[in-house]
Amino acid sequence: MTPTDRLLPVNEAIDRLEAQIRESRQRGEFTDPLIVGIHTGGVWVADALHRALGCTEPLGRLNITFYRDDFHTLGLHPQVSPSDLSVDVDGRDIILVDDVLFTGRTVRAAMNELFDYGRPRCIALAVLYQRDGRELPICADWAGQEVALGPDEQIHVDGPEPITARLVSSKES
Amino acid sequence: MAVNFVRPKIPKFAPDPWAIQFDEQGHLRHLLTIEGLGPQWITRILDTAEGFVSVTDREIKKVPLLRGRTVVNLFFESSTRTRTTFELAAKRLSADVLNLNLATSATKKGESLLDTLRNIEAMQADMFVVRHEQSGAAHFIARHVAPHVSVLNAGDGWHSHPTQALLDAFTIRRHKGDFTPLRVAIVGDIRHSRVARSQMHVLNSLNVGELRVIAPRTLIPTDVEKLGVRVFHDMREGLRDVDVIIMLRLQRERMESGLLPSEEEFYRLYGLTEEKLAWAKDDAIVMHPGPANRGVEIESSVADGPQSVILEQVSNGIGVRMAVMSLCMSANRGENA
Repeated sequence: MTPTDRLLPVNEAIDRLEAQIRESRQRGEFTDPLIVGIHTGGVWVADALHRALGCTEPLGRLNITFYRDDFHTLGLHPQVSPSDLSVDVDGRDIILVDDVLFTGRTVRAAMNELFDYGRPRCIALAVLYQRDGRELPICADWAGQEVALGPDEQIHVDGPEPITARLVSSKES
Repeated sequence: MAVNFVRPKIPKFAPDPWAIQFDEQGHLRHLLTIEGLGPQWITRILDTAEGFVSVTDREIKKVPLLRGRTVVNLFFESSTRTRTTFELAAKRLSADVLNLNLATSATKKGESLLDTLRNIEAMQADMFVVRHEQSGAAHFIARHVAPHVSVLNAGDGWHSHPTQALLDAFTIRRHKGDFTPLRVAIVGDIRHSRVARSQMHVLNSLNVGELRVIAPRTLIPTDVEKLGVRVFHDMREGLRDVDVIIMLRLQRERMESGLLPSEEEFYRLYGLTEEKLAWAKDDAIVMHPGPANRGVEIESSVADGPQSVILEQVSNGIGVRMAVMSLCMSANRGENA
């Protein structure tokens, strides 16, 4: 996928994601995955994928607030809705879903939390947008779009229905 | 359902005694009393506790939030249950925990409280959980700790027991949802109860429909109506149509002689039996901060019965204390919360 400085519309990015995951499943990978979204944008995307892929088991929701490594500098988020993983994750193939992959710290925290629920067989990462700026050696297995952004740019994802995304520049605000 | 009750005016207190609970940015630094917290902070603590209660339902009941931090339980007065739940809360946040039973050590040997504090601070403590027989002890300690240390009041004299009141409110909210249509009755030894005082403040802050206290005249403090409650001396009248019954322990150790003819008579008039419970609403819940004196405040079959949420209160206490600890530590370290 070629890096681009323009954002693909969310529905197109989800279609691309879905196609990539279906391809993997046709190769025999992730035949019976558990889909887990990271609160909040990741849950919206996970929900769309969950419906598109026709998964029957309930969608998992992770709120990584209690696992963040910046708690001592940023504090506790005022709205902490509990994580919800009603299905046993032991030995399962998990598709972890987030809206934007940036530094990689959120995904690290989510994996830490997942392992407190049990020991999955494997975890794959699906993100709507994969941008530059990684601070940890983490990359997505499937991305709706790869985006190169300037140092002042951010992607804002809104939802839940419809999910929308826009580029925001701190220079403008 | 609308409740026809004109709330007595609650006196306005100068903010200063409670301002110490907040840092310069207005974030919670200590939890000393319910007064001054306001409904927003109370609700925020209860909302945060929801997340932590779900942690305690998991197979691995631990999150890394306070990893590397040290919580010191300073108990100048014995209390196994409160100390244990604070300890468990801190450990579930991955903090290191020191339990110091000061009722039997340092200060008894002549060391001043401030010297004891300085020594424990030198052990790189980040939070003190304080239980003391003197009202205001936690405030005193909060005024003298290093800037990075938070103080949580785990019960001081007859004054305050904020985390107990918060966990009670949390338990009521889980069962009943909105507070505004609720009638809540606090029954028993109101006079000697720091828990009752904190419960009145928390429930009034959350705008409970009607708050009642039921007790013999000798066990009700003067001017209790100023705390926003209706007073009843008769259980049948007081329990009529209530949604929540909070029984209190008879604080025999704090009681002067002559306040009660006998425990038997107290039980006959004010002990919560199945018969008296039937006077409340059918779906009323029964609470008790523990430890319950069975056959003195409450009949065993009620304490263990289907309307009792006493054990839930204990479990919820861990989540609420995790919430308070993390919010205080968060404010202490960060620039915004």
